[in-house]
Amino acid sequence: MSEHILLPEGSLEKQTTTLNLGPTHPATHGVFQNILELDGERVMKATSTVGYIHRAFEKIAERRALYQITPLTDRLNYCSSPINNMGWHLTCEKLLGVSTPKRVDYLRVIIMELARIADHLICNSIVGVDSGAYSGFLYVMQYRELIYEIYEEVCGSRLTTNIGRIGGFERNFTNAAFEKLEKFLDEKTGYPAQLREFEKLFTRNRIFMERTIGCGPISAERAKNYGFTGPNLRAAGIDYDVRHHNPYSSYEDFDFAIPVGTTGDCYDRFLVRNEEMWQSLSIIKQAYRKVQGFTGAEADVYHADVPAYYLPEKKDVYTKMEALIYHFKIIMGEADIPAGEVYHSVEGANGELGYYLISDGGRTPYRLHFRRPCFIYYQAYPELIQGGMLSDAVITMSSLNLIAGELDA
Amino acid sequence: MLTNEIIQQKLTEKFGDALTQWEQPYGMLTFTAPKEMNLKVLQFLIDDQELGFDFLTDLQAVHYPDNKGAELAVVYHLHNWKENVRIRFKVFTAIEQPDVFSATALYQSANFMERETYDFYGVNFVGHPNLIRILNVDEMDYFPLRKEYPLEDQTRIDKDDEMFGRG
Repeated sequence: MSEHILLPEGSLEKQTTTLNLGPTHPATHGVFQNILELDGERVMKATSTVGYIHRAFEKIAERRALYQITPLTDRLNYCSSPINNMGWHLTCEKLLGVSTPKRVDYLRVIIMELARIADHLICNSIVGVDSGAYSGFLYVMQYRELIYEIYEEVCGSRLTTNIGRIGGFERNFTNAAFEKLEKFLDEKTGYPAQLREFEKLFTRNRIFMERTIGCGPISAERAKNYGFTGPNLRAAGIDYDVRHHNPYSSYEDFDFAIPVGTTGDCYDRFLVRNEEMWQSLSIIKQAYRKVQGFTGAEADVYHADVPAYYLPEKKDVYTKMEALIYHFKIIMGEADIPAGEVYHSVEGANGELGYYLISDGGRTPYRLHFRRPCFIYYQAYPELIQGGMLSDAVITMSSLNLIAGELDA
Repeated sequence: MLTNEIIQQKLTEKFGDALTQWEQPYGMLTFTAPKEMNLKVLQFLIDDQELGFDFLTDLQAVHYPDNKGAELAVVYHLHNWKENVRIRFKVFTAIEQPDVFSATALYQSANFMERETYDFYGVNFVGHPNLIRILNVDEMDYFPLRKEYPLEDQTRIDKDDEMFGRG
């Protein structure tokens, strides 16, 4: 770096090139704009612009009842919407003082960990695509399809899931859902075999290693100062995980390791995500075993017994008097919502996803703020790519797991 | 073990009666500081050996139009990872002169968060290196998350506030 002579700004002899990378560049996987000052292929300076798909969710949320906010959270990190949905339900439950039965917690854990796998496999395979290895992406993509089929079986939709309700799920998991889960978990034909194959393709691949080691590194202190959370922080060497530090949804009942890296570069981030997928698979298996352990009436529990807040199932609304009454009470804003302020966070697929909710006792939040992990750590991007090659900037962006919907809220 | 009581005691020893409104909603210690003191409090929370709140989880503002003279609240969420304790502290400022010192010198992460807060509430973070709009268009000349900008046409009678639990 030191041998480059920088000429003064506006000088006729200025020799850097300005490149507008984005907002709709095929290499950016989303609406990201970075104005790069390039010296040859080397990035001298980067300026990020965000907000291209800003949709004012925080303002919209101020006119929406609690149960209507889930669709907004879907559209934050849309690669793992169920985690966002569950995070929102958990926040509401904390505000309302609702405690959920263990079976609901375990079912939630299954769905959340599936979402984490779906998110990580996209991110890691995209890192492969950006480094020139397309096939890994196609290998794992069909397994995301299996995950989406499970979502579909549980809630009816695939990408923006709107899954669950305050207090639990909208309906019990069907046998088909569990069969699909077993198909996904199968050691020989399911995702574990494919993940091993995927790792064989990349982890010790000379070209991939050369391409990613030392690319976009960050130290633990810088990462902390920049507000990193999630796999990106753990790749830098800090073992902070909300699932372990502030367990929600009965995560304390599960055995799992928190993988950490050392250098915080693209390769470490890749490895951390891969290992997290194994841990998630293990958590899902444990949770599935626990769910199978419920027998008799307990096996039919899929929501907390809080009729004042839990939006009843439609078939009950049509056939049962009480369900109809509570349905109207909730929809018309008659439910007793306490005033108070609550912060709740979950371990989203790319970091700590927090909800800061202030309620004044009205039907809608007085103020709702989303702590979006990638909005906060995206600030480090110019620093990460400075001095590197343009192609490293592309791969660094994809390995940070930036999701435009979450960035711009 | 770092408990809320110890934190409150240490902060009271240091700042005396300047810190007010001690609360613990849902277990999170919450207090209010005068807005001139926000950086001093943040710095103390980082520097003190025992406290060590050196991770800025979140920063945002809230608008209370009825709270005359202190309409805007800037809320900091801090986290001590070692002891795993979170705290929240607020500073209030008048909306006519919404100047609050910027925390960017302490936390790089405050940069975007303060820009977002400025963008939506117009809080003027003094000392911020690049306080411009971030999510909204640059031409916008108001601060959209303030309560005086209703989301929907308020003349609609079919969506009267009274029907929505806020009469």
